[in-house]
Amino acid sequence: MSAPTQPAPATTRSDPYAPKGLSLTLESTGAILLALLWVLPLAYAVWAAFHPAEYTTRFVLTAPLTLDNFTRAWAAAPFARYFLNTFILVTLILTFQIVLGTLAAYALARQDFWGRDVAFVLILAQLMIMPDALIVENYRTLAKLNLIDTIPAIALPYIASAFGIFLLRQTFKTVPKELDDAARVEGASPLQVLMKVYVPLAKPTYVAYGLVSVSYHWNNFLWPLLVTNSVESRPLTVGLQVFSSADQGIDWAVICAATLMTSAPLLLGFLLFQRQFVQSFMRAGIK
Amino acid sequence: MTNRATATIHGWLLLLPAMACLALFTHWPAVASFIESFHSTPKARRPARFIGLDNYQQMLADPIFWKAMSNNLWFALGTIPTSIALALLMAVWVNDRIAGRTLVRMAFFTPTILPMIAVANIWLFFYTPQYGLLEQITGLFGARSTNWLGSQDTALYAITIVAIWKEAGFFMIFYLAALQAIPPSLGEAAAIEGASRWTFFRRIQFPLLMPTTLFVLINAVINAFRMVDHIFVMTRGGPDNATTLLLFYIYQVGFSFWDTAYAATLTCVLLALLALVAFVQYGWLERRTHYQ
Repeated sequence: MSAPTQPAPATTRSDPYAPKGLSLTLESTGAILLALLWVLPLAYAVWAAFHPAEYTTRFVLTAPLTLDNFTRAWAAAPFARYFLNTFILVTLILTFQIVLGTLAAYALARQDFWGRDVAFVLILAQLMIMPDALIVENYRTLAKLNLIDTIPAIALPYIASAFGIFLLRQTFKTVPKELDDAARVEGASPLQVLMKVYVPLAKPTYVAYGLVSVSYHWNNFLWPLLVTNSVESRPLTVGLQVFSSADQGIDWAVICAATLMTSAPLLLGFLLFQRQFVQSFMRAGIK
Repeated sequence: MTNRATATIHGWLLLLPAMACLALFTHWPAVASFIESFHSTPKARRPARFIGLDNYQQMLADPIFWKAMSNNLWFALGTIPTSIALALLMAVWVNDRIAGRTLVRMAFFTPTILPMIAVANIWLFFYTPQYGLLEQITGLFGARSTNWLGSQDTALYAITIVAIWKEAGFFMIFYLAALQAIPPSLGEAAAIEGASRWTFFRRIQFPLLMPTTLFVLINAVINAFRMVDHIFVMTRGGPDNATTLLLFYIYQVGFSFWDTAYAATLTCVLLALLALVAFVQYGWLERRTHYQ
């Protein structure tokens, strides 16, 4: 966000309250110290994961580097399967969230019909009633559907996302009505208008929502823990928890390696697309 | 008239898939929890029967429920103001042209991206007695060994700190966005008037950040009742329920003791708390025109 996406005035105009001299030094020092404190857990995990176990608590700069902890962690639990499960899970959730969200948002933003406001309030209710609070009843429903211990069971409570519908509705409302009318004059059906006019124009919102959704469900733990009990359906977070608590005599080096592995794809994605990540969280937050 | 009818059918058809899922996994479970809280837990030979307010009476007499409520209150009081204050400080810092701004910003935001369950493992090591990182640091100053997560006096603080660390960078993003949306002309005008940096912050920036603060506050309150992942790794509610939060207690009652009716009763309490938050937010959003 520093340079290219900033509007020009920020760089050409001078900010009279920008800290200078000593206050800038103090501010920088404070910020860097806090930043160091903030990355300390991650930095420690990197240290422990890439060094032999005897250096887990001894911080010697000459300690030899090794990938042994990663191979041991990889061999100790079916992480390949967990990765696949998580990948299927987040893809499944995001696909359904986008399809259901697009349809609902379009109806709410551009169709005028009986009961629309009631429907909107019913949808917004989910923003407050978080699915986490309803674990007991949702478990019962999925048990009745005979879906316990499957990946769809983890996904189902989340595929209709009030947040996604809300975000897309806001975006669709900003699409000029003239474009919609023009497409209709050309003889496009409502669904064609949606696909050809609204969806392409809302692309930045889809990207922003996608990043928020993927990182949320990649990291989600409590619900997957409840509905899964076998390797075939467990996502990474649950796999990691089973792995690190089943171990007798805690091997911190291996746990750190497994921890890094679990978060690696998101962490790499974050490092590569830092700006998009931060902006998508910003866009998702400011409604 | 027929036009209106077609529009209504079209509209509801578009809403149908999303509404069906919401009804099945949000609306119905909320209603079902409420109904079930007035019934007994069904057993193999004894189906659920209506017992009125018995579950609520049991709850009011349940010391663990009160412990979970007070823990959750202290957890909320510990995390909400601290993480919001830190987020504001971080945002002001990384909004200025400080050295290494991009890296600092990334450092603050990284915990948001990491799975709580994964970082809880690392924090667990930090807090480990005898050889944990915290122990080694306090050991340098000759402090005696503390079992941070194993002692009733410190366990709740320890998990509160993890939550603050996880959340502050996330909230920072919203403050940063809001700070950048403040027109530079306001700063110039204030400078011409001779206002100090502190006056400018207190009288102009901070009031303009009020909507962001409310948004962040509501998120922080909801998170205080939702965040339990690290408890599974770090304490499992112990020692002696010192770190049991409301949602974790619901999990225990529902899935360890299989007392589903009592779990439903506790769920109703959680839903009531969230409804209260919703009520406050609705009152606030009413006055926000950009919302419509």
